[in-house]
Amino acid sequence: MARVELKNVTKKFRRHTALSDLSLDVGDGEFFVLLGPTGAGKTTTLRLIAGLDTPDSGSILIGGADVGKWSAAQRDVALVFQYYSLYPHYTVRENLEFPLKSKHRHFSAAEISGRVARAAKTLRIEHLLERKTDKLSGGEMQRVSIGRAIVRQPRVFLMDEPLSNLDAKLREILRAELKDLQMKLGATFLYVTHDQVEAMSMGDKIGVLNHGRVVQIGSPYQIYNQPRDTFVATFVGSPAMNLLSGVLRDGRVVVAPGKLEIPLQGAILSHLAPGLDRVTLGVRSEDVLLGPGGGLEGQVYGVENHGVEKIVTLKVDEHLLKATVPARMAIAVDSTVPFTFNPSKLRFFDAQTGANLGSVKEEVHHG
Amino acid sequence: MAGIVLKDVDKYFGENYVIRKLNLEIRHREFLVLLGPSGCGKTTTLRAIAGLEDIDSGEILIDGQAVQSRQAADRDIAFVFQLFALYPHLTAYENIAFPLRATKESKAVVDQRVREVAKALRIETLLNKRPSALSGGDMQRVAIGRALVRRPKALLMDEPIGALDAKLREEMRAELKHIHLQNEATTVYVTHDQVEAMAMADKIAIMNEGVLQQVGSPADVYQYPVNLFVAQFIGSPIMNVVNGAVRPGDGHTQVLLGKDDAVLRFPSELYHKVVEHRHAEDELAIGVRPEGVLVARQSTDGYIPVEAHIIEPLGPYDIVDLKFGRQLLRSRTASGYVEKAGDVVWARLDEKQTHFFNTSTGESLQIRL
Repeated sequence: MARVELKNVTKKFRRHTALSDLSLDVGDGEFFVLLGPTGAGKTTTLRLIAGLDTPDSGSILIGGADVGKWSAAQRDVALVFQYYSLYPHYTVRENLEFPLKSKHRHFSAAEISGRVARAAKTLRIEHLLERKTDKLSGGEMQRVSIGRAIVRQPRVFLMDEPLSNLDAKLREILRAELKDLQMKLGATFLYVTHDQVEAMSMGDKIGVLNHGRVVQIGSPYQIYNQPRDTFVATFVGSPAMNLLSGVLRDGRVVVAPGKLEIPLQGAILSHLAPGLDRVTLGVRSEDVLLGPGGGLEGQVYGVENHGVEKIVTLKVDEHLLKATVPARMAIAVDSTVPFTFNPSKLRFFDAQTGANLGSVKEEVHHG
Repeated sequence: MAGIVLKDVDKYFGENYVIRKLNLEIRHREFLVLLGPSGCGKTTTLRAIAGLEDIDSGEILIDGQAVQSRQAADRDIAFVFQLFALYPHLTAYENIAFPLRATKESKAVVDQRVREVAKALRIETLLNKRPSALSGGDMQRVAIGRALVRRPKALLMDEPIGALDAKLREEMRAELKHIHLQNEATTVYVTHDQVEAMAMADKIAIMNEGVLQQVGSPADVYQYPVNLFVAQFIGSPIMNVVNGAVRPGDGHTQVLLGKDDAVLRFPSELYHKVVEHRHAEDELAIGVRPEGVLVARQSTDGYIPVEAHIIEPLGPYDIVDLKFGRQLLRSRTASGYVEKAGDVVWARLDEKQTHFFNTSTGESLQIRL
């Protein structure tokens, strides 16, 4: 197992800059998730580490060694893709043996069968070993694909959206299994996804990527609670964080005059740069509290039942904002309800750049 | 606008039934979601209502009229597909106006109707654009506008937002629901996404393998699933289900998870209710959603010690895997409540949120404590 470092990596495809000055440090034994929308540069990053592409500038280190001149095989990393690349006419056992029988490796038959048995046990596919892979379900096929990576005992696992072709229930199950697997193996995982739930639930650390740049690196807790900018704030979390644009006036953020004004307490005020007049206020739906006491009122625009809770959309003037409430709470569409914000959970962003105005100074500790 | 009734509808493809004895009522102005995995018959049901698919037996009534032998065009309903079927050479305005052009409505009436619909869909500023200049969400808004402009008796939608990305789906589902509340068009909406179904529906009809499993409000199907299929299809994370048994205890009922992996104390009436059902007390599947697995950091009466395994921090809350002996149950806790894997915490199942199913049929015993 090994640490993976990217230092100031830039990669261009003709005129398109796929990655720009990207630096990452994935610790030995860490589950690191690269999260971002389509086209953010996630897959390009994986391909560069695997040695399938070369960067235009910058360096890539695996286990402390610069691997810039190493071939893909020499790097000893395993890639697992979204589409299971299995040999259809072979059994699961044959598929698992295949990576161990390559010319460059010299494993004894006993070593090969031992590794296959251990991988099959870890992934709970022992009962499938003699089955042809075209007789497997999607979830089973993806387990076998992962098994093919495991038997090699690579220094690093690179995973490119391995769950995105599976249905929601299976994704949920495999997500926990993958995390469990990584903990058992103590392996370094670099996992690419566009799904923020996967990133939050599996990652020790998340690197959020957008337009080929790293926007923020942190624990799931840091990413969720102290998003670096409005992109991270809205990309992570469901429903997306409410963003309201407002004017700073007499120690208040005025979103809608007389109807949606939020007084600022001293600590927050000092975070906001003097001379700034426009800010974007961010608040997550669970920090919009329905009930009296805040002097705010909204009209119920819609109610979504999510079983364990409801998500209520409130309309104040032309602004829509979402609140999470317990499922038991009865709320009628078009009724007017009082609400307030959890003041310690308000976030403020620069209206022009979207940068979080508080996160630079605040250090968050968790657990 | 009108109600829709399906009576004993059967549909076969060759030897295999796609829909079996389907009985369903969609009331006037209701938003009904047909939910199920792929191949469950939901889309075929929708297409049968639209007249795009013949049925082998049974009746389909729209507004009280049997329509199963009528052409699709004579049923006065509008259909919205997953892929926006827009005319690429026409502007958004012309695409929406298109269904009215065939009628004899005056230009002024057409214009008024198009603008009304555009306002409801918040695409007034996009009316002069061609589809190629629109985003996916806006294209689907135009497609919905084209369906609504005719003021059909019913609106049928087949995964209309399935092709959009997660954030846009979240926005669109709130908007579609809002449009429905304004229009009050009787709507049948097909999806495989239970979040969408829960969020939008007045009533959800869950299908599996051509057979209707349960019809009810989102709260109903979430809290009182009739069988294991519904219990595990609705809700995320998925409901925990472990095999177990009940035993009479001293002033309580013992609930055994697995093969006595864990013994939990439940009210004494539970044992009697299981026996009353003439159900073997050893053949139970015990189901509980993550929020029904209650966790305490200190030893608490009625709670048993369990080891935390994986912790998934999802932001507003965590999902924590707890080891009840060899049985893993997932619990929903406040963010950061359980600090790390390996910690020992105390847990019990909330009896009001625990479900008991027959292991062989999968049917719920409908025991409410």
